[in-house]
Parts: sequence; C-alpha cells; structure tokens
Amino acid sequence: MNKQSNTYTILYIIGLIVIVGSALAGTSLALRDRQQANADADKMRQILAAVHITPDAKNIESDFNRYIVNQLVVNSQGDSVASDAFTIKMPAQVKLPASERSLPVFVCRLDNGDTKYILPMYGAGLWGPIWGYIAVDSDGSHIYGAYFAHQGETPGLGAEIEKPAFCDQFDQSRGLNLFKGDRFLPVAVVKNGQKPSGDEDYVDGISGGTITSKGVSDMLANCLSPYQSYLKNLSGK
Amino acid sequence: MAEKINNKSVLLNPFSKNNPVIVQVLGICSVLAVTAKLEPAIVMGISVIAVLAFSNVIISLIRNTIPTNIRIIVQLVVVAGLVVIVDQLLKAYTYDVSKQLSVFIGLIITNCILMGRLEAFAMANKPWPSFLDGVGNGIGYATILVIVAFFRELLGSGTLLGYQVVPDSFYAHGYVNNGLMILPPMALIVVACIIWIHRIFNKDLQE
Repeated sequence: MNKQSNTYTILYIIGLIVIVGSALAGTSLALRDRQQANADADKMRQILAAVHITPDAKNIESDFNRYIVNQLVVNSQGDSVASDAFTIKMPAQVKLPASERSLPVFVCRLDNGDTKYILPMYGAGLWGPIWGYIAVDSDGSHIYGAYFAHQGETPGLGAEIEKPAFCDQFDQSRGLNLFKGDRFLPVAVVKNGQKPSGDEDYVDGISGGTITSKGVSDMLANCLSPYQSYLKNLSGK
Repeated sequence: MAEKINNKSVLLNPFSKNNPVIVQVLGICSVLAVTAKLEPAIVMGISVIAVLAFSNVIISLIRNTIPTNIRIIVQLVVVAGLVVIVDQLLKAYTYDVSKQLSVFIGLIITNCILMGRLEAFAMANKPWPSFLDGVGNGIGYATILVIVAFFRELLGSGTLLGYQVVPDSFYAHGYVNNGLMILPPMALIVVACIIWIHRIFNKDLQE
C-alpha cells in the first residue's frame, strides 16, 4: 500500500488515536480510585492542619474521623441545611452570590475537649487558585488557626503563604478576632508595617508576593462574610 | 563489535560532548521553570528520562509505517499520551510530588529535546539504540537540571531538598538569601556559567 496516500494517512492517524485514546482512558480508569483517595486524604490533612493537627500519612483518615465530630452545610442565614460538607465543591460555591452559597462547616473536637469550627476558603492568587481552612473558636470570633495552600504561586514569593511563617500569624496566640463588638470584620492581609483602613485585625503579607497576599485578603473577606450569621449564632449560645 | 561501540557512544555522548542543554541548548524553557527547588527538578528529570526513552522506542518501532507528511503529529500524539500517563501515575503514587510539579509535567510535551531526539534519532534508528539515546539524553538533561536547582535552592532559599543547610548563625551575622536566584533569569545565568566552565575543558566546542 502506498504509505504517502491520503487514505493511508487518514486511516493511520485514526488508528493511532484510537490506540492512544484507549490507553489513556484505561490508565485513567485504573488509577481513578487511588487518585481520588489521595486527593481526599490530602483534603483531610489540610482541614486538620487548620487546628494544628498533623497526622502521619497512614492515619489521616482515622484521625480525621476521630477529630471531626460533625460536618454540616449552612446557608447565609446561619441555618443548617445539609450534612455533606466534605463533598461541597468550593470553586463553584465562591462564584455564587453570598445568599445562594452552601457553606460547609467542619466541627472539630480537640483532645482537650474544646470545640473548633473549621471553615473552608477558596480564592485566586497571582498564577492560579489559592485556598485554605480557618479554625474559629466556639465563641464564633476568635481565630484558632489557619492553613493556606496554592496551586502554582512563585516559589519563595507568593508560595510562602503555605509556610508556617505566614500561617502561624493566624495562631490563637495572636488574638485575631472576626467580630469587633457587633461588627463583622474579616482579617486583612496588609504590607509589612502598614495598617488596614478600617479597624479590622490584620496580618503581614509576603514581601514580593503582593498580589498573592491581596488574594488571601480578598479570599478571607469573600469566604468568611457569608458565615456572619452562623458565627453570630455560635457566640449567642 | 562495531555496533557495541556505537551503542556506548549513543548512551554516553549526551552527558558531555553532546549534552542537550549545554551544547545543543534545547529544553531551556523547563530549566527556567522547575529549578527553583531541588526536589521537583529531580522528579522532573526522572520523568523526562522515562518519557524520552519510551517515546523513542515507540517511534522507532513504528518508524517505517509513519506517513512522512504527518510524522510530527504522530510524534506529538505519542509524547502527549506518555506524558499524560506519567502525570496520572505520579498523581496516584506520589501525590505530594505531583502537587509540587503541577503543570510542569504537562510541559514535558513542549520540551524541545523530545521532538529533537524523535525526529533526529528515533525516526532513523532501531529500537535498542533509540532507547539508549533516550536514556542518555534524558540523563544529560536531568544532570544539568539538578546542578542548576542545587545552586538556585542553596543560594536562593538556603535549603537543599527542603532541609535548612545554611546555619542560623550566618543569618545572625547579616547573611541574606539571594531572592534573585529564585527568579527565572538566574536559571539562564547559572546555565551560562555551566556552559562556560564546560567549554573551558572542551576546547573543541569553542567557537
């Protein structure tokens, strides 16, 4: 057969694509469960990191189930509407107006009996998405800890948001509060030495990572504000 | 006997005399992207070795059936397929590393070394020499990647593989990490320094 003919060329490329396509589909199917388990375990690890718990790679799932005693989904009025917090897709939720969002809450009981409420966040950095989890005390205002992560921020600059130096600024010892009296004011991220325009609590941003720091600040505001009623109810109890 | 010598030089030439990065100056784009830290550079190197070796073998096996006018497309399909498989495997078995490398694994597809070796070598040679050529070039590429990443992480972050190596007392005496090392331009300058040193010892490469 003439290898330069059009028929041969077309048949050849169709055959090649069918072979490569099925190889890829097969790989994807064979590995999907494992990849999903990895992604879930990683998410559990991140949620626990917000309350300063770092389980071994093997115990992530059992530790998660032990510490996270309740999962619920609330609406912007603070009413509980569902319980499948873990499966809520944050990227889709943060695009909705605050009143239409499903807001996941992970209720965590620590070894000393304290209850913390872990709230997920999702936003945009410089190159791609950033996300995090923030743990709030049972008074609904005092921040107990936070964990931040990113997909592809610049190493050494924006990527520093996932390092302890940045996350530890949200530690309980810093005394950050989401409520000032009755007013809800999410924590701001500002340049070193500067102060936010309002009287909200703030942390220092990353030098050289201005846009990522701004992204964290916007993410805190965008993702925590809808929880306002829920957190207010907590403090009322 | 003649073939044996040939195979050996096919495998070993890309280390130094015909190194894809510092002599042929291919694949510079990914050298900029993944060398800010040592660990991703090592995994990237291993991934490139695997993809390059197997795509070379596959293309070499089907080289006589490929219609000339779509040979680049065929090479691209094979490379892209292999890269996606590597990416899936990393996600399933070394999740943490795959998170660090994120998009860069996908960028192996655009690595000029791959297309270069497929077009220049695998299309004209038998599978076994092609495999050796792929491994040799992959290692040649990975070596440079690791050298560049070593200097960039050491001088830019004061760490190696994530472990602190510059002692705290240095910082106490006013030593600061060089933030410029983390930015892409320094990868080019480090590569240029390697080329410079390499050519001092290889006078025949000097122009």
